[in-house]
Amino acid sequence: MIAQPVSTFTGPEIGWYALSPLLVLVAAAVALLVAGALTPPWPKGGYAIVTVGAATASAVLAIIQWQNISDDGPSTLVAGAVSFDLSAMFFTITICVAVALVALLTDDFLRRQALDGPEFYALYLVAAAGGIVMASANDLIVLFLGVETLSLALYVLAAADRRRSKSQESGLKYFVLGSFSSAFLLYGIALVYGATGSTNISRVVVYLQESVPLERFDALLLTGVALMMVGLAFKIAAAPFHVWTPDVYEGAPSPVSAFMASAGKVAAFGALVRVLIVALPFYREDWQPVVWVLALVSLVVGSVLAVVQTNVKRLLAYSSINHVGFVLVGIESAAHRAGAVDSGPGVPSVGVYLLAYTVMVIGSFGVVAIASRSGDDATSLDSFRGFATRRPVLAVAFTVFLLAQAGVPFTSGFIAKFGVVQAAVEERSYAIALIAMLTSVVAAFLYLRIIVTMWMSEPDDASVELAGAGTSNSWTGTLSIGLAAGFTVAVGIVPGWLLDAADDLTQFAR
Amino acid sequence: MNEGSFPILTALIATPLAGAVLVMLANARRPEIAKLVGLLTSVATAALSVWLLASFESGAESYQFVSKHPWIEQWGISWHLGVDGISLFLVVLTAVLFPLSLLGADPHHGHKQYLVWMLILEAGVMGSFLSLDLFVFFLFFEVVLVPMYFLIGGWGYEDRVHAALKFFLYTAGGSAFMFVGIIATVYLARDSVGEITFDLVRLSEDADFATSTGRWLFFAFAVAFAVKVPIFPLHTWLPDAHTQAPTAGSVVLAGVMLKLGTYGLLRFGLGLFPEAAYWARPLLLTLGVVGIIYGAMVATMQKDLKRLVAYSSIAHLGFIILGTFAFTSQSMSGSVLQMINHGVSTGALFLLVGWIYERRKTRLIAELRGIQQVAPIFAAGFMVVMLSSIGVPGLNGFVGEYLVLIGSFLTARWWTVVAAAGVILAAVYLLWAYQRVFHGEPDDANRTFKELTLREGMVLLPFIGLIVFCGVYPKPMLDRIEPSIAELIEHVEENTDFVSPEPARAGIDE
Repeated sequence: MIAQPVSTFTGPEIGWYALSPLLVLVAAAVALLVAGALTPPWPKGGYAIVTVGAATASAVLAIIQWQNISDDGPSTLVAGAVSFDLSAMFFTITICVAVALVALLTDDFLRRQALDGPEFYALYLVAAAGGIVMASANDLIVLFLGVETLSLALYVLAAADRRRSKSQESGLKYFVLGSFSSAFLLYGIALVYGATGSTNISRVVVYLQESVPLERFDALLLTGVALMMVGLAFKIAAAPFHVWTPDVYEGAPSPVSAFMASAGKVAAFGALVRVLIVALPFYREDWQPVVWVLALVSLVVGSVLAVVQTNVKRLLAYSSINHVGFVLVGIESAAHRAGAVDSGPGVPSVGVYLLAYTVMVIGSFGVVAIASRSGDDATSLDSFRGFATRRPVLAVAFTVFLLAQAGVPFTSGFIAKFGVVQAAVEERSYAIALIAMLTSVVAAFLYLRIIVTMWMSEPDDASVELAGAGTSNSWTGTLSIGLAAGFTVAVGIVPGWLLDAADDLTQFAR
Repeated sequence: MNEGSFPILTALIATPLAGAVLVMLANARRPEIAKLVGLLTSVATAALSVWLLASFESGAESYQFVSKHPWIEQWGISWHLGVDGISLFLVVLTAVLFPLSLLGADPHHGHKQYLVWMLILEAGVMGSFLSLDLFVFFLFFEVVLVPMYFLIGGWGYEDRVHAALKFFLYTAGGSAFMFVGIIATVYLARDSVGEITFDLVRLSEDADFATSTGRWLFFAFAVAFAVKVPIFPLHTWLPDAHTQAPTAGSVVLAGVMLKLGTYGLLRFGLGLFPEAAYWARPLLLTLGVVGIIYGAMVATMQKDLKRLVAYSSIAHLGFIILGTFAFTSQSMSGSVLQMINHGVSTGALFLLVGWIYERRKTRLIAELRGIQQVAPIFAAGFMVVMLSSIGVPGLNGFVGEYLVLIGSFLTARWWTVVAAAGVILAAVYLLWAYQRVFHGEPDDANRTFKELTLREGMVLLPFIGLIVFCGVYPKPMLDRIEPSIAELIEHVEENTDFVSPEPARAGIDE
């Protein structure tokens, strides 16, 4: 009884090929760290190129898997711990896009700050691996592992600008609050386990399906669901769990803020979809109103508080809260048919929104990173006065990103907002759809404020000084912003292919 | 219809857009090239519109020159353009007003950006008038805001940024309602139409809404259009925007952009929700008449010449609303005609006021005196335009107002009685203003008032030509407008218990 003979243990079958997008990222992270530590500094852009290569390879593998899943249907891997479905692949691709764009920006940034080294990139790759695990978890413990892998990497990244005390402060704040929220999440998982007898999402679903309501430990389960939602709402920065966002985004190095706002949120939304839509469809009547309120508060808080900000990074942080509200509107509409065979347009609209948002938010922070020159601190709204005369091309790109965030037609932002509102209206959630659009008018005001400052305000003394040295940037930064702007406009004009792809996000592995 | 022939409607949108791109690429140090390119493309657009006018079959019902291509098939959206008697003259007006205002008003700085925004604006306005797909219409309707915002904010007068913001927030707020309304319309019509489609023609034919649903949807559309028109009490953005906008901006704003609202009410409000429009009739008639009286009274009290013209717009558009919701052939044809007339005469008035400002650097009526003595030709031109705006027989303003009043008298008697007083009030504020500005002995400041230049004369001449031609011989216009109006009235009669009164059906020219 004390020790089982070793020979009877058989490990689960591991689908190496199916997991390859994830493995490529982990392998690249390890390789970068080891090789980077043992070799002298690489030539310019070397680390970034490896990172972009790994992210691209991972995305390509995910696209190949997409084909396989489309043919064979969704399944689970590693003894039901990881789900292998289109939703997982979509989030994988989105996160890889974020890694590639941010890595290019980071190269530019690190060279300006003279901080070049492999650490940033390795951490991005680790964080991305964690994010992919979160978005494809089919087991709550695996989900938690993903959350921690992502979060730990982000804590370090936020504090990675060693010479700026604000960056240290940002890292510490994020760490303290983030670990607190992880504890909520873990406690919630424990309670759900207590109520259902398993952490595996498939088994949780089966249990909830089969057990008569009387047999369930409802109070236990509901408490667990509530705690998990608190934990995840913190990770997606939905109001009222958003208070950390402006401080952390402002303090963190600009490319890292871009990464947190994009990949971090995508992963957390992936996890939220897993927990709410996939695992708990039978409790949707309990959690749906909570999502509704979270969406409402995020929409209002994000847009209204952004209006009074004077720092562009804080402003983008608040606007990202408004975007979270929009995605939550999509989740809310997905809730109406959660668990049904045809789960409606909610999840596809969430996917499209997240991909479009990822690209435009990285572009926005990318411009801020270049504009804030060495020192990474010229991010006040006033320092953007006359930006259009100093850097006309960057100003045009920034205008595109801001208009896209405002949801102006012929940009991906419009398609994204249209999709979410359409999903909400199809499920007859008129009120939240209307509120979302009205807050987007308020949000449009703040994007216009930045645009006006760039194009119409005469530069004052402080911003004239900025026109001097220190705003140089390398081709990597330009490439990243160019790609992001191109994508934003292209999706705005020809969105069919993306909508097609996202339409298949409705079937989940169970 | 017209399969395989030259896609003239697409060309009407694409030409100014291509012009905008060309201007963008032009050398910034040589604004004359940009000006030439901008002017040539807008003239080319005008030529296209004249060709459209010439090949338009008068007397034919329904849409002509239809071009329809699937665009986003997942959402049932197609690039669907068409023109009928209602939109035909608005398209021509747009195409004619733009080159004239480019010629007639000098932005003084930033020529290149100014031209880019103007041309994008032209493409947007064209697109709004031509689209027969709700999605495409909304795209253009929204996109118009961006260039107008920048034109007011970048090239306007003292308080321009505030005015631009007010304009943007009001209109975007209205559009938020329409955005949700459009999507709701499409989804609620899914059962009766059989599929998801944004096609206006199919929706207005087949869509069948429950009474209360239709009224809510009508309300959502009407709010957006009412802001745009603007209908009292949603008009408060207009005086600011008009007064602060650069001359060309005011011309376009008053000339065509306000018509987006009245056109929208006719095409979408009545076309999609005839029952609800009939139901909401008393309210809209009342607001229209209130607008007539209120606009006229406030205009009388203005000290600023430009603000006076702005308030006169509110009064004139009140007539258009009255005519639209009186639902008789004469009143509605009169409304469409009045849209064109108002565009021509108010556009010309804004140009003239702009020229006064160029000369005297003031728009205050109290500062101006006796201009007739020093600049008799200028005064004569002003007088013709002013008389047309008052509605003196023989000039275009009379035809529209007369038709509106005579048609409305049959179905909305008491409203018409009150509205008729507005005609007298128009004479009061315009003649009084003319008297104060042009009569009397010029003081020292006004003694050097420059006579109309040749270039200004060339710009003014087409306006006066149109004013006289439409006033003397409106038949060709009415021949093209009437069939479409008849069809619209039939559509309303089919869907409500409304019966258009017999004498009003007989047509006008018998």
